[in-house]
Amino acid sequence: MTEGIDWIDRAGARAKGKRPAYFDAPEQDRTLSIVLALVAEVSALRERLDTVERLLDTNGTIRRGDIEAYVPDAAAGRERGVLVKAYIARVMRGLTQEMEAMATPEPSVEQVSRELRDL
Amino acid sequence: MTDVPPPYTAVARHGMSPTPDHDEAARFNFLAGFNKYLSAGIGGGNARTYATRVLPGFVAEHAREPADRFEIRRAMNRDPWHRFWSACKRNSMEMRQHNGRQMVLRQLDELDGRAAQYNAGRATLVLDPAVEVPRYQRAVDIHCMPGSYHGEERAGDVSAGANYDCGIFATTGGGLGALNDGGGAALVEWARRERPGWQPQRILDIGATVGHNIVPLALAFPDAEIIAIDTAAPVLRYGHARAQSLGAANLRFVQMSGEAIGFPDGYFDWVQTTMFLHELSGTALPRVIAEGVRVLKPGGLMLHLEQPQYSDEMPLYEQFIRDWDAFNNNEPFWSAMHGLDLKKVMRDAGLPDVFVTGVRAVVDESVFPDQSKQVEDHGRAAVWNAYGAWKPTA
Repeated sequence: MTEGIDWIDRAGARAKGKRPAYFDAPEQDRTLSIVLALVAEVSALRERLDTVERLLDTNGTIRRGDIEAYVPDAAAGRERGVLVKAYIARVMRGLTQEMEAMATPEPSVEQVSRELRDL
Repeated sequence: MTDVPPPYTAVARHGMSPTPDHDEAARFNFLAGFNKYLSAGIGGGNARTYATRVLPGFVAEHAREPADRFEIRRAMNRDPWHRFWSACKRNSMEMRQHNGRQMVLRQLDELDGRAAQYNAGRATLVLDPAVEVPRYQRAVDIHCMPGSYHGEERAGDVSAGANYDCGIFATTGGGLGALNDGGGAALVEWARRERPGWQPQRILDIGATVGHNIVPLALAFPDAEIIAIDTAAPVLRYGHARAQSLGAANLRFVQMSGEAIGFPDGYFDWVQTTMFLHELSGTALPRVIAEGVRVLKPGGLMLHLEQPQYSDEMPLYEQFIRDWDAFNNNEPFWSAMHGLDLKKVMRDAGLPDVFVTGVRAVVDESVFPDQSKQVEDHGRAAVWNAYGAWKPTA
């Protein structure tokens, strides 16, 4: 570990330059930052679990150092990339589906319900 | 087959690479996938938002279409979908910096120690504390990189360069290849195709940062004298050590401003910048080009790799989305620079025959994504325009 500087504190330094506000309330910006950081951490945890499973498959036992040293081969790397992609698709469903919805203007289901009642 | 980025562990290691622990690599893997989702996955949602509600809303309000990319930006910034997308993208940039800095700073003693071994007493690293970091480099931290290219966590460290280099993978999903050198490799390929047999004797790279774009030229032309200049000492320290570890012994890193190049007239056969001009300012850019022309030999080549300039032919929406980094990723000269007529600037500097050609990153396509098959990531894809000219001999 690095001596002489507080690496955790310094790694989190902000970049100079006023940050744009993306939402009307600052709390919304702060909350999204926390949510996305958690989304990333879950992904990293899932990848670690995948590593543990693969090492167990191969060796039947694992040591912590094996996890840190693990390098997936091309096929495993791809499989893990697909896992991440599918995970992101699940987490980001709302934004993706809202984009899909923009393509087709639709009446509210309440309106459809009224139409069907009289159909 | 599902298109996914390669894992971070597939990038090549060199003598200055930080060693990722398992989860640090996994965080970069997430970000590579997340950036791909935001660009190729749902980036098209911005155009859809614009077409289906922002543009109609603008026309209803103003009884005309937007006159420029700035009006589109202001209108889009009121749209909830675009706001959310932008907020996600901004966060991905910030997380890339945070994750890269955690990895680099926790092992900074080790990295500084390795750099000292490569750098101590070497004539190929020339630092000059009298060189000022210009205002256009200091105004904000470029691409949200805390400390920008010139920041130090302690005197003489390599943290800025190490963080910049390692995170390019996450931002581009591996688009620049195993050593982030797909741009430099493309230059080599272009030169060999354009001028077979050409052996430039001296090459200058202005704004070289960590030298990732110039090392491939140094290795391709081992008999040439290659000079890489930058105003920021921290990236030069890192870049020199990195280049040494990769065997680029003919490459000298010099702390020097592109506005005052300390070499004689006509010294270089080739003057190069790669994704650098957009990090200047309105007055600095023509000065750098003019200085480059001055030190260029008659018959020599000047070449600038950049994203395409905005022109009247480019739709305003396209200009707007390409401007995203300017206002959301601390690239304050990006918008103005891409609005310039770069060909005219070069002509005014004494290069009458300017050509423009497309260049894409050359990478090991068995591992890294082929850039010709990638969906455009508006301003970040490794597909560039080269603005070039051969200096007249008479």
